[in-house]
Order: sequence, then structure tokens, then C-alpha cells
Amino acid sequence: MNKLSIILKGIIKENPTFVLVLGMCPTLGTTTSAENGFGMGVATMAVLIMSNFVISLIKNLIPDKVRIPAFIVVIASFVTIIQMLMEAYVPSLYASLGVFIPLIVVNCIILGRAEAFASKNGPLDSILDGVGIGLGFTLSLTVIGAVRELLGSGSIFGFSFGIADYMPLVFVLAPGAFLVLGYLMALFNKFAKK
Amino acid sequence: MVAVLFCITLISSAGVGLVNMITVEPIAEAKQKAVNDAVLAVLPAFDNKEITDLEIDAMPIKVYTATAEGKTVGYAVESMTKSGFNGVVKLMVGFAPSGEVLNVNVIQQAETPGLGTKMCDEGNPLISSIKGQNLEQKKLVNGVLAVTKDGGDIDALTAATISSRAYVDAVNRAYMAYKSVTTGTEPTDVATGASTVEHTQKGGNNE
Repeated sequence: MNKLSIILKGIIKENPTFVLVLGMCPTLGTTTSAENGFGMGVATMAVLIMSNFVISLIKNLIPDKVRIPAFIVVIASFVTIIQMLMEAYVPSLYASLGVFIPLIVVNCIILGRAEAFASKNGPLDSILDGVGIGLGFTLSLTVIGAVRELLGSGSIFGFSFGIADYMPLVFVLAPGAFLVLGYLMALFNKFAKK
Repeated sequence: MVAVLFCITLISSAGVGLVNMITVEPIAEAKQKAVNDAVLAVLPAFDNKEITDLEIDAMPIKVYTATAEGKTVGYAVESMTKSGFNGVVKLMVGFAPSGEVLNVNVIQQAETPGLGTKMCDEGNPLISSIKGQNLEQKKLVNGVLAVTKDGGDIDALTAATISSRAYVDAVNRAYMAYKSVTTGTEPTDVATGASTVEHTQKGGNNE
């Protein structure tokens, strides 16, 4: 498979949010603003790349019956390590994203890619797959976050247009997350399928 | 099969342990720095601070008594509440020696972004309701500050009553700690003591 197409398919053809519909819990929970969505996406991408890489290296050592627990141990360790490094060296980023980091462990995208891609492909392809899916996830979350932030609090990336009082607050809350996700998913599939 | 799984968990936990050993100090430093910055943000310039540890409602509260050239310039109280919309909210409240609230700095919160997080903004209704005022002059409900919805006179954040109540709760606890340090009494005495009831009366009449 062409290296570039591995990356591109993660963004469009196999977009984790709008096409595979994986990892809905962090998607709905963290996209209250464009910045939060972006941060969650980048943190997930970092874990995804590392876990894909390691799992593709050890895939032949792991017996089939215990592969799921083995994958989860690897993923959870990476998440914990990232959380500790973040808290130690970039406390300001940790302050805004810290609560979301443990959510990455239960993100099915990571386990899904380990199972569907990394356990069948070589290390380089697995890293590229992590980059592609990670970018797709980051872009989707940033777009959902931007739409919710704009509709709900009248700003984008924290830049306020001074219209917060006239905007429907519901888009920042959970029901708005479902609405925005549904409409964006419909739009995405309308154009991507063509 | 079991051996492989065991090896993987062993290597993973060793990795996590190693990173923990490396990061434990920087994490402690970063936390300490965040607290120090918060103290600096709520008090006027000082050259020395003394820490008093208290426990109110089973929550640890710290009072930093700041002095400049031997004179007390203010008290910063690191207060907290567990009744935020998403659990713990930690505040640093600065008091002048005369009892006025100098400033409030939110150290930690996990409120709803766009709603409860407005408590961190400069000049939000909560902080405007207490900044520069002596809390004894405020309208008290059952001896403590309260948001307007509960009969008090603290303006709540729009659509974030729970977060606002949590904020006010933490400020109340900070005030108890401040009182206990300045008067040398047990912190709980401030909340239930007879003197507070008197203040309640006074506050109500002033309205």
C-alpha cells in the first residue's frame, strides 16, 4: 500500500469520528471548545502512534488468546507515561487537558487500530496509520469543537466575538454535542461518499 | 501464554515506574509553583510568608500569612470545596489585614467549559460581588455567604448556579480559616459561634 494513502485514508475514507464512528465518549465529552477538541486530538494521536508502533513490533510474540489484555496494558502504560510527563514539564497544558488524558485509555480508536491494523502490518506502516487516524481524529474534534464553541458561546479558539449573550447555550452542553455531531456526520458523508 | 502476558505487564509497569521516578520531583515543583503564583496574584508585595495548616469540614485549608519588613500585609487562604459541578474546586483568596477581600484566584476546577469556567475570568459577577469588601458586611444566610438564589447577595454566574454555589462555599471556608488565624480560635467556632449570628443580624438590617 502506498505510504501517503495510508495517512490520507485515516483522514477521509476511514475518518475515525465521521466514518468509523469510534471513540464517541471523548468526542462528545471534550469538544466544548475548539481548543479542547484540538488538545484531545493531539494527545490521542501521540498515544496512537506509539501504541501502534510498539504493538506492530511485538505482534508475533503475543499469543492470540491474550492479545486484547496485552494491547490494553501497552496502551494504558503509554497514557500514564504521557500524563506524568505532561504534568511535570507542561503544567499549563495539563491544567486544561489533564482530566481528559485518562479517557484515552478507553478510547476504542486506539484498541481498534491496534487490532485492525498494527497487529497485521509492519512498524513503519503502523506509525503512518497512527498519524493518519490521529490527524483525522484531531481534525474532526477541532471542527466539532469550533462549531459548538461558535454556536454556544460565540467564540472560536477563545477569540470572542462579543455575542455570547445571544447564542443558544445548549450547544456547549451534552445535547448540543449530539446535535452537532449528527449534522456534521451527515454533511461529511454526503461529500465524502461522492 | 501466561508468561508472555506476565512479561508484558512487567516491562510496562517498570516503564511507568521509571517515568514516575523521573517526574515525581518536577511534578511537585510545578504544583508548588502554581500555589506560589496564586499567592502572589492575590496579595500585595511581600518578602516572607508563614504557613498555617487547618482542617475545616475534613478538608485541608492552608493560610499563608504574608509579611513585608515584619509587618503583616495580608493573608492568602488556599481553600477548597467538593461541591463543584465536577468535584473539587480550589481557590486562593487574599484578605487584607483589615478583613477586605483583595482578590480571588481559581487554582483548580473542572467545571463545564463556557459556563462554570467563567469563575476564572477577571471581573466575573462572583468576584465583583466580594472584591474589596469585608465579608462581614455582606448579607449572610445561616451565618455564611450565599448566592442571590439562596437569599444572599452574591451574584451567580449565568446558567452556572451549582458552580457559583461551590465558589461561594470555598470563599466561606477561606473566611473561616482567615478568621481563625487572625483571632486564634478554632475554625469551626467562626461558623457556629455567637458572634457570627450577630453579624447576620447586622448584615440583614443594612440591606
